[in-house]
Amino acid sequence: MKIKTFSYDQLDTFVHRLSGLSKLICFLLLTTAIMVTYDIRIIAGIMVLSFTIMKISKIPLSRIRLMLVYVFIFLAFNFVLTYLFAPEYGVEIYGTRHEIFSFGGRYTVTLEQLFYQVTKFSKYLSVIPLGIIFILTTNPSEFASSLNRIGISYKICTSLALTLRYFPDVADDYNQIALAQQARGIEMSAKASVMQRLKRMASILIPLIMTTMERIETIANAMDLRGFGKHKKRTWYAAKPLNRSDYLSILVCVVILGVSLFVRFRINHGIYWNPFI
Amino acid sequence: MKEPVIVFDHFGFQYFEQSEPTLHDINLVIHKGEKVLIAGPSGSGKSTLGSCINGLNPFAHKGTITGSLKVGGMETKDASLFKLSAVTGTVLQDSDGQFIGLSTGEDIAFALENDLIPQPEMKERVSKIAGLVGMSNFIAQNPHELSGGQKQRVSLAGVMVEDAEVLLFDEPLANLDPKTGRTAIELIDEIADENRAVIIIEHRLEDVLHRPVDRIIVMNDGRIIADDTPDRILASGILPGCGIREPLYLTAVRYAGIPVTEEDRPASLETFRTDLFRSRLQSWYEEHPVRKEKPAGRDMLEIRDISFSYDGKRQVLDQISTVIREGEMMSIVGRNGAGKTTLASVLCGFIKPDKGSVLMYGEDLSKYSISERAGYIGIVMQNPNQMISKTMIFDEVALGLRIRGVPENEVTERVHDVLRVCGLYQFRSWPISALSFGQKKRVTIASILVLNPKILILDEPTAGQDYRHYSEIMEFLKKLNENGQTIILITHDMHLMLEYTERALVMSEGKLVTDQKAYQVLCDRELTERTNLRETSLFDLAEKCGISDPEGFVECFIQYDREVRGNED
Repeated sequence: MKIKTFSYDQLDTFVHRLSGLSKLICFLLLTTAIMVTYDIRIIAGIMVLSFTIMKISKIPLSRIRLMLVYVFIFLAFNFVLTYLFAPEYGVEIYGTRHEIFSFGGRYTVTLEQLFYQVTKFSKYLSVIPLGIIFILTTNPSEFASSLNRIGISYKICTSLALTLRYFPDVADDYNQIALAQQARGIEMSAKASVMQRLKRMASILIPLIMTTMERIETIANAMDLRGFGKHKKRTWYAAKPLNRSDYLSILVCVVILGVSLFVRFRINHGIYWNPFI
Repeated sequence: MKEPVIVFDHFGFQYFEQSEPTLHDINLVIHKGEKVLIAGPSGSGKSTLGSCINGLNPFAHKGTITGSLKVGGMETKDASLFKLSAVTGTVLQDSDGQFIGLSTGEDIAFALENDLIPQPEMKERVSKIAGLVGMSNFIAQNPHELSGGQKQRVSLAGVMVEDAEVLLFDEPLANLDPKTGRTAIELIDEIADENRAVIIIEHRLEDVLHRPVDRIIVMNDGRIIADDTPDRILASGILPGCGIREPLYLTAVRYAGIPVTEEDRPASLETFRTDLFRSRLQSWYEEHPVRKEKPAGRDMLEIRDISFSYDGKRQVLDQISTVIREGEMMSIVGRNGAGKTTLASVLCGFIKPDKGSVLMYGEDLSKYSISERAGYIGIVMQNPNQMISKTMIFDEVALGLRIRGVPENEVTERVHDVLRVCGLYQFRSWPISALSFGQKKRVTIASILVLNPKILILDEPTAGQDYRHYSEIMEFLKKLNENGQTIILITHDMHLMLEYTERALVMSEGKLVTDQKAYQVLCDRELTERTNLRETSLFDLAEKCGISDPEGFVECFIQYDREVRGNED
């Protein structure tokens, strides 16, 4: 049973053809652009962009469905908690108060609060597809070679690539072990208390660590035997030179970040965009 | 005159963490152009010997060297791992675990990358080597998605790209199905040439001898106890005493009381002078009539029309139906990826079939949760480390009972009972880490048995085990079976299936191809070819000796062999 959720897929799309380095830079630029603003117009723009890129990179929905479900549960949870803990935060930020209705007590729903929470929700929602795209369209080896080129030690790069590469295998092991332990009666469901669940988690993690250590030892031997670490540098079979579309993509992302910063400092004069005054 | 490439001279090796040396007084010379098999049971030091040649010892695994070992003219203790690994290319046991690159090409290039070869030259050399091993069309593929035989080719290319003078294969046959194993041996034979020495470390002698080797070196307890031509080694009969199994055809000839000499050329069935004893083998067969088999038990588990697919396109299981009877010990066989393990997962309720049902005495098991189902069908996974989560044996076995809330005094009683059955009672308060692999395996079996499953499934119970541990595990399972435990074995070990199971289900591409007596499966050339199995050499022997009913001969051998083994304990 292969868990494909987190592994790289070899396809030939515009996004796949970009170098891993430029994808990383674009990812960081766009994430920063979102981080510096609470302006829903910019966030919505980037969200549209990231879903478009997802479309271009032909990532099938079935591959990421599970991941999306978890993200959604997390976001919904976050949404509710934000409201429970600070129902008046929106009012505080925007300085006006348009009450819609009230649950009683301090829990009233205001337009401001709703707007604030929707903005926050969209922030997360626009970053996540970018992360998914980055992981699923970047060949880990090629990415390692890019990192190496910007000066990071090749040993670190290779171990990073190997981690990405073996993640699906370890996830696979985890699944098998969890099933076998469940068969022995270890119920991971919510029925058990937290303490019990922690203990039971150990009965899956210990075998997982043992089998992963075995894996690491094999691969380490294989790498030693084939001369890994012989020289201070190494060359890369998977290295890809940056070409025009790489520079172009980075440029586009720099412009987006520029716009985001410009709007924040020159137009909104703050992190929030206030449509209420 | 042939040039020596490896010279051991009164060589010894001791790992730092061990109190005794692993290798004692090794004297051995291997020349260029030679093809050598190093055989020996687990713990005989054969893998350590290999690691001394390729430099893992003492550079990656620390230890002290006595005497001298020269590889490619270098004194190993003064060299380095990189210098030594450049002389000796090593293909490790588990080809899956040693792929570093994400594509075949990248994996082959790994050594070149480390050698700072520029990319254009690298690509050129990779494509040349890929062509040499017949993998030119797969350079962009992920090596993990290749078939077992293709994976072997890729790992071979990865070491050949460096132009090594010595090629070392560490248990190349472990984890391969029989036909793929045979292809691997043929491939090794093809690449052997005058400028290289080829060393194969393996305990599956009969499979390696599918292609000729120049010498067999037998190791036991850290020493070389024989170093001679295959014919002489096999004729001498020293192998079984060192825990190495002789080829089955040879065992059969010995059972018939026929003396074997070097001149009979026993190293391969093709060269074996069977004409010298045809009639004696024939009369042995006639003197040992096949006995009636024991009556079949009551129907127990019914597998009804199971289909399953992971992606909705390729059927991993395609309309599987069969019945398992009480007290049976049977095997499910087929190549890697034929659907054996998936079928077991369906039986245990780990995955829900798209269609069909599993019934125990007519009761549909789908209503039970995974852990409730464990009371009906228990599974023991291939690698004991995948299951063991406690430090003490008692706690590990008690785990399932304690979780089910069984009172502690009953837990103690049931665990002790099961430990007695498994021969682990005297170790009950030991830490698991002090046990051997075979004993660990027993602990995992005990931890499932304690839940009293009606059927016990074991996934590759003897994978990677030498003959001694193989026999130990299998005799134990046989005893359990004789006490009434129904057992299903998932395996691609043909010996195991032939010797220990009556019935075999053969799977191929998700379909149940046949369901018949184990020995019949291995006598059907067309079937074995189609399903990546391999007919037994006993069948070939019988045919070569002109025995009219080769199938009967195989059955006769199996029965006789079981009696002999039964008398041994």
